Amino acid sequence: MLKVKDLNVHYGKIHAIKGISFEVNEGEIVTLIGANGAGKTTILQTISGLLKPSEGMVSFEGENLNKVPAHQIPVMGIAHVPEGRRIFAEMTVYENLQMGAYIRNDKDQIQEDMEKIFLNFPRLKERIKQIAGTLSGGEQQMLAMGRALMTRPKLILLDEPSMGLAPLLVDEIFNMIQTVNDAGTTVLLVEQNANKALHIANRAYVLETGYIKLSGNARDLLVNPEVQQAYLGG
Amino acid sequence: MNLFLQQLINGLNVGSIYALIAIGYTMVYGIIKLINFAHGEIMMFGAYFAFIAATSFHLPVWAVLLSSMVIMAIIGVAIEFIAYRPLRNAPRLSALITAIGVSLFLQNLALIIFKPDPKVMPKIFPETIYKIGEIEISSTTLITIGLSLFFMVLLDLFIRKTKQGRAMRAVSEDKDAAILMGINVNRTISLTFAVGSALGALGGVLYSVAYIQVYPTMGVMPGLKAFIAAVLGGIGIIPGAMLGGFIIGMVETMTKAYLSTTWADAIVFAILIVVLLFKPTGILGKNTREKV
Repeated sequence: MLKVKDLNVHYGKIHAIKGISFEVNEGEIVTLIGANGAGKTTILQTISGLLKPSEGMVSFEGENLNKVPAHQIPVMGIAHVPEGRRIFAEMTVYENLQMGAYIRNDKDQIQEDMEKIFLNFPRLKERIKQIAGTLSGGEQQMLAMGRALMTRPKLILLDEPSMGLAPLLVDEIFNMIQTVNDAGTTVLLVEQNANKALHIANRAYVLETGYIKLSGNARDLLVNPEVQQAYLGG
Repeated sequence: MNLFLQQLINGLNVGSIYALIAIGYTMVYGIIKLINFAHGEIMMFGAYFAFIAATSFHLPVWAVLLSSMVIMAIIGVAIEFIAYRPLRNAPRLSALITAIGVSLFLQNLALIIFKPDPKVMPKIFPETIYKIGEIEISSTTLITIGLSLFFMVLLDLFIRKTKQGRAMRAVSEDKDAAILMGINVNRTISLTFAVGSALGALGGVLYSVAYIQVYPTMGVMPGLKAFIAAVLGGIGIIPGAMLGGFIIGMVETMTKAYLSTTWADAIVFAILIVVLLFKPTGILGKNTREKV
């Protein structure tokens, strides 16, 4: 579904991504794990067009994304929940979800999808008229996910969804990711919480400063001594 | 008391014009963090186009207003495209200097095209004087205030209730997040310049009708005052610009009436200094911070 081939990305003079290839198949949860600065966020930003690769290619359902303007990428079926949520803090919860549906014109189904999101995140419904900036961190994460789901994505990119959240909320968010995936959305998950990520994912890639160090089934990586040593705290 | 009421109406009159112009400053600042110093020249050209439409083409008043607003919307979009867009990722100072350059360019262009001598703006609105007790209100004043309020309400509805309005707010808040929603940021910025410039043009027409004159540097002072109004209300906040415009108009009028005409401008500029010293975010400005 998503193919990344020999990807190189530069931030000015910094060579952030040094020739990375991986793919995500339909229906999977794939996770990219690795330390801070390994290039995980850069990869997601390149897929969604916010960054342009200096070399290599990203393709989605056979189409080369390098040539697609960034604002058309959601139309193709890729939603991105960015690091730090990046919800529209001055808008209400409802307006944020409406922004998610910006690319759509099917009013009835938008309403239907919103109801679905409220079913999954009842707390958002309670706060529907609240200014999003006043939500708690966990609620903002739910809103960011809800907003992305409103685009009706085939593939959802999640960047550090557990960042800064209390353990109970982390569980809730990960349950939600599973629910989203069960409903048919493919997931590409970037996480520092390698343990959680590997438990939920089908496959995983381990990143180290711009290249892929290891890859394989999430279950195998969980018991891989190298991974355990470096990312799972021994 | 009568003098006060009379001045109150004058203040509303001038204030509504400043508010219209201030909206353009604040919208552009909100979306690309640029003080568009050419905005005063937008209002000046708007006034000239209205003058031409009224005197050379004898268009009906609605067509005078509409043509001026549409032409200036297009010119506003063109200015952004030619002068500001190439500097989108440049340091903000570069864009600011460019804005001053565009302002000077347009002023001098007007000098060449229209010549320096002021033209007399015809009375484009039907003129009647209403008397309530000893207070006199002209129909032009009422129309000016009414039109301004009408367009402000329209703008507010557009920004709050429509998809494009929401997209504008999204882009001003977070461009990358807006792109991730599928919003075409460049198109949204163009739209912002179009709306801001159209309102600026309307402000220019109303200003020239109120002061019966059109001349190449007419945009400088009201432009500066509207800028101060935008800062006073909270730059980037549309209701703030409206509020600031009315306050500045009122302060200016009252100073002229009760203190001295020569001090009026000085006091308005002093407001800018005081705001910058004590509440740089303006009256409606607040520091919201996203939780992480």
